[in-house]
Amino acid sequence: MGKTFAIARRELGATFFSPVGYVVAALFLCVCMIKLVPPPWYVDEWFILVPGHEASLRPLFDLMALAMVFAVPLLTMRLMSEEFRSGTIETLMTAPVTDTQVILGKFLGVMAFYLMLLGGTLILLVLMMAYGEPDFGVAAMGYLGMVLLGAAFVAVGVFASTLTQHQLLAAVVGILILGIFGVVMPFLIPGAPVPLNYLAEKLSVMTYFKDFSKGIFDSRGLAFFLSAAGLFLFLSVKTLESRRWR
Amino acid sequence: MIEVQKLTKWYGRVLAVDNISFRVEKGQIVGFLGPNGAGKSTTLKIITCYLPATSGKVTVAGLDVLSDSLAVRRKIGYMPESVPLYPEMRVREFLMFRAALRDIPPKQRLAAVDRVADHCWLSKPEDMMRRRLGELSRGYKQRVGLAEVLLHNPEVLVLDEPTIGLDPAQIRAMRDLILGLAEQHTVILSSHILAEVEQTCKHLIIIAGGRIVASGTPGELRQRVVGPSRIFAEVRGAEDKVMAAAVRGISQVREVEQFPHGNWTRLVISSDSGADPRAEVAKLIAEKGWQLRELRREVGSLEDFFVQITYEQSMQAGERLAATA
Repeated sequence: MGKTFAIARRELGATFFSPVGYVVAALFLCVCMIKLVPPPWYVDEWFILVPGHEASLRPLFDLMALAMVFAVPLLTMRLMSEEFRSGTIETLMTAPVTDTQVILGKFLGVMAFYLMLLGGTLILLVLMMAYGEPDFGVAAMGYLGMVLLGAAFVAVGVFASTLTQHQLLAAVVGILILGIFGVVMPFLIPGAPVPLNYLAEKLSVMTYFKDFSKGIFDSRGLAFFLSAAGLFLFLSVKTLESRRWR
Repeated sequence: MIEVQKLTKWYGRVLAVDNISFRVEKGQIVGFLGPNGAGKSTTLKIITCYLPATSGKVTVAGLDVLSDSLAVRRKIGYMPESVPLYPEMRVREFLMFRAALRDIPPKQRLAAVDRVADHCWLSKPEDMMRRRLGELSRGYKQRVGLAEVLLHNPEVLVLDEPTIGLDPAQIRAMRDLILGLAEQHTVILSSHILAEVEQTCKHLIIIAGGRIVASGTPGELRQRVVGPSRIFAEVRGAEDKVMAAAVRGISQVREVEQFPHGNWTRLVISSDSGADPRAEVAKLIAEKGWQLRELRREVGSLEDFFVQITYEQSMQAGERLAATA
């Protein structure tokens, strides 16, 4: 366990050293702020601070989930790809660490950064407290949903990064996988023919996430996100191991 | 300490290591010598559990590299060829990170890092330990790499081209450092420069085209070169053939070739290994009343031997591969 944390700490440090971490964080927070106040000519309930409307972070959470489809693969693309490219993988894998420890360490390192990113959005909650009375239960459930969704997304990103030594390719693969489940599937639900739309609903990230953002705890969502995270971490370990028998 | 048996490695359709076997005893410094692409790094990567072998068996301290991979990795310190480091980390930070990966208890890490920093001359400029790895010069990177390898005091050190890219003063420093390690560690180091390993290693393994072409102490290898030593004599006073035949009559002489050289005749005399029939040749010429103006023995250098043997082997390997393809 100590080694896993050592790797996670190194990863977190590397994220803070690279400009990518800052750029992603800045863009993400900018996108979130769009949801703060509607422009005067366009009043809509899908903003956070709308006079006379419910004081809820719900519109923010749905946007954040969508933004993560693009943000997470940019944060995770470096993880293994950079090790392959620079050759540090050789020193890493000849140290007495297991493939599982490496993958888990990398996963936890980015998860820590992801949690900090989420923490940055808490300012919106503070603002809302200044202007209204938000429901903390709903907000807490929304953040729990974001953490679970993050675990699944980061796991997908880690997996994409184990596939190639090119960071850009890793990011593209990650965005594609997350895009299919986060963007394409929700679109298929109303549009696709009967058996397909049913499947799309079961596979769509948003189906499960919407419950959390509404403030509902749904064990199906918990199972969906955790098993997705588990599956992709397992695939990552296997991809890394495959280096030994390829 | 290290035992390699019938090791073979294919990269797809490329044969990198072809059925090699050797042993390294505890406390030895073994030099792995060969031209670029000979299979040195591949063999080292298999010994250090980075790559699996296609076939064959490798054990380190009696532990199999495949089934006891983690235990083997605990006993080995491996420095890869180009010393890959994380550019954003600082020297101390990196060594502390590696100490954590190397199972060093948290309380002993600082002491271990200070020890190797002292050992590898990293503590000299005050701010050395705070510098970023990406900003270090080649020589310092190499030292950090070596320091990292020594952190857990491994029984076996595997250094892939430890002196490549260093300036002459740094090469000498690195060599002294490695010699100093021999007391406590078993060391395998690779190189494609003979002069370098000749001075550090007690045992050389010359590898070319994926095969071991020669192995032994530098002295033994030199013996093999000295074996077919040649004597050059420039004589005149009789017919070429007559003189050659007379010299051939000396007991230790194996072969004589004659070449006209102006008015003189140059005789190239090959003798039995280790023999030096120069005195007999001079005596014979004096007895016959011929004139002698040069008598010289030429010993092939280890370098010549190395170049010749590896060149032949790579040519053969080329043919072999051409035949299979």
